[in-house]
Amino acid sequence: MKNRSLVSINDYSKEEILQILEIAAEFEKEPHQNLLNGRVIASLFFEPSTRTRLSFESAIQKIGGNVVGFSSAATSSVQKGESLKDTILTVSNYSDLIVMRHPVDGSSRYASEVSPVPIINAGDGANQHPTQCLLDLYSIKKTQGTLENLDVTFVGDLKYGRTVHSLVIALCQFNAKFHLVSPVELKLPSAVKRHIKEANLQYEQYTDFAEVIPKSDIIYMTRIQRERFPDPLEYEKVKNAFILENKMLENSKENCRILHPLPRVNEISIDVDDNPKAYYFEQALNGVYVRQALIASILGLK
Amino acid sequence: MSNKRKELIVSAISNGTVIDHIPAGKVFQVIRILDLEISDKEIYFGTNLESKKYGRKGIIKISQKFFQPHETDKIALVAPTATLIEIKDFEVVRKNNVSIPERVEKIAKCFNPNCVTNKENVPTKFKVLQTEGQIKLSCHYCEKTTSQNNMVFF
Repeated sequence: MKNRSLVSINDYSKEEILQILEIAAEFEKEPHQNLLNGRVIASLFFEPSTRTRLSFESAIQKIGGNVVGFSSAATSSVQKGESLKDTILTVSNYSDLIVMRHPVDGSSRYASEVSPVPIINAGDGANQHPTQCLLDLYSIKKTQGTLENLDVTFVGDLKYGRTVHSLVIALCQFNAKFHLVSPVELKLPSAVKRHIKEANLQYEQYTDFAEVIPKSDIIYMTRIQRERFPDPLEYEKVKNAFILENKMLENSKENCRILHPLPRVNEISIDVDDNPKAYYFEQALNGVYVRQALIASILGLK
Repeated sequence: MSNKRKELIVSAISNGTVIDHIPAGKVFQVIRILDLEISDKEIYFGTNLESKKYGRKGIIKISQKFFQPHETDKIALVAPTATLIEIKDFEVVRKNNVSIPERVEKIAKCFNPNCVTNKENVPTKFKVLQTEGQIKLSCHYCEKTTSQNNMVFF
């Protein structure tokens, strides 16, 4: 993976994904290591994303790197009309690696083609967010002991949720069985289902959440956003159908874990937080280890 | 109706290219994407003609015109059944079915308005997908697909 950009989760083979997860486990045991020895990493957030940015910057600093960059386009030369290409070429002069978040789909792929230093995509519009996918995979592997042959249930907005798309595509390499729970309006797009079909795997679609809980090894919850519904009445009708409450987990498997990319609003009721099956806050912490592993691998230090 | 009679409907050309077996209804789109509307060459076309193979078809004959690969790629995306026949001195010198390319660059726009190719000065690149008889373009950058109905060519 040395010197290679990570734009889309499909850029890495199954073996490469597993290798990153193994290195991440080493960082979990020993999070502070001075590997970067003062190397400079650019953190370019053309749109604000405090959670992702802090996770990256924490990962960089815990392994001895320095961060330069900006946290919104308003404080960058984009305001003056500079092209993405010029920004990337300029910043690449000052850094060994660029982490970028950008509101435009495909911006990260384009940046990786013009940049002399590797790019890590921290989210490009509605398209990809591969480090979120890696941390989801890490969380699944850590809680289940394996990534193979799992029953994975996705709940909520499966149409617009890019974390769902990336994770479904990645799990196609691990013989998963997919359970897809969503309002009809927010079903998984056919472009993503194509990957499941091509891998000859099974998926089932549900509009009723309760029946699928006892089958699930992983329940991956997502937020249904009001603005996705042109008609507010439609939103009111579906909004309470996809809420996870603690009592619904009574018949869940012992190994079942609840994941959520966060931020949560009301789709996981707070009484679930104290259930040992709730894993969403640990999941966020795993993001730091995975990002440490990725940065160290791309810079050839692991 | 005999083949001979059909030849009379759309005049023969002495030198140039015939695009035959265009799906009926796609003739005008083919004319548009090849910029034939502003061409100064002699052009004949017909549509909704009888065809043994396809029922109904369209045909375009362009004098003094031989197509380059980027043009035949465009024809293939809009009219995948088309046959290209090159004529010199009233003789057929080459006859090929168009082949659907695996990748196309700089010939069509991405349908996604939020794609980087529509926001910055970036030439488009697509992988060509063929699923259930439909041709779709999968964007190299934003990874979204553009279906045949939504294709806009440069």
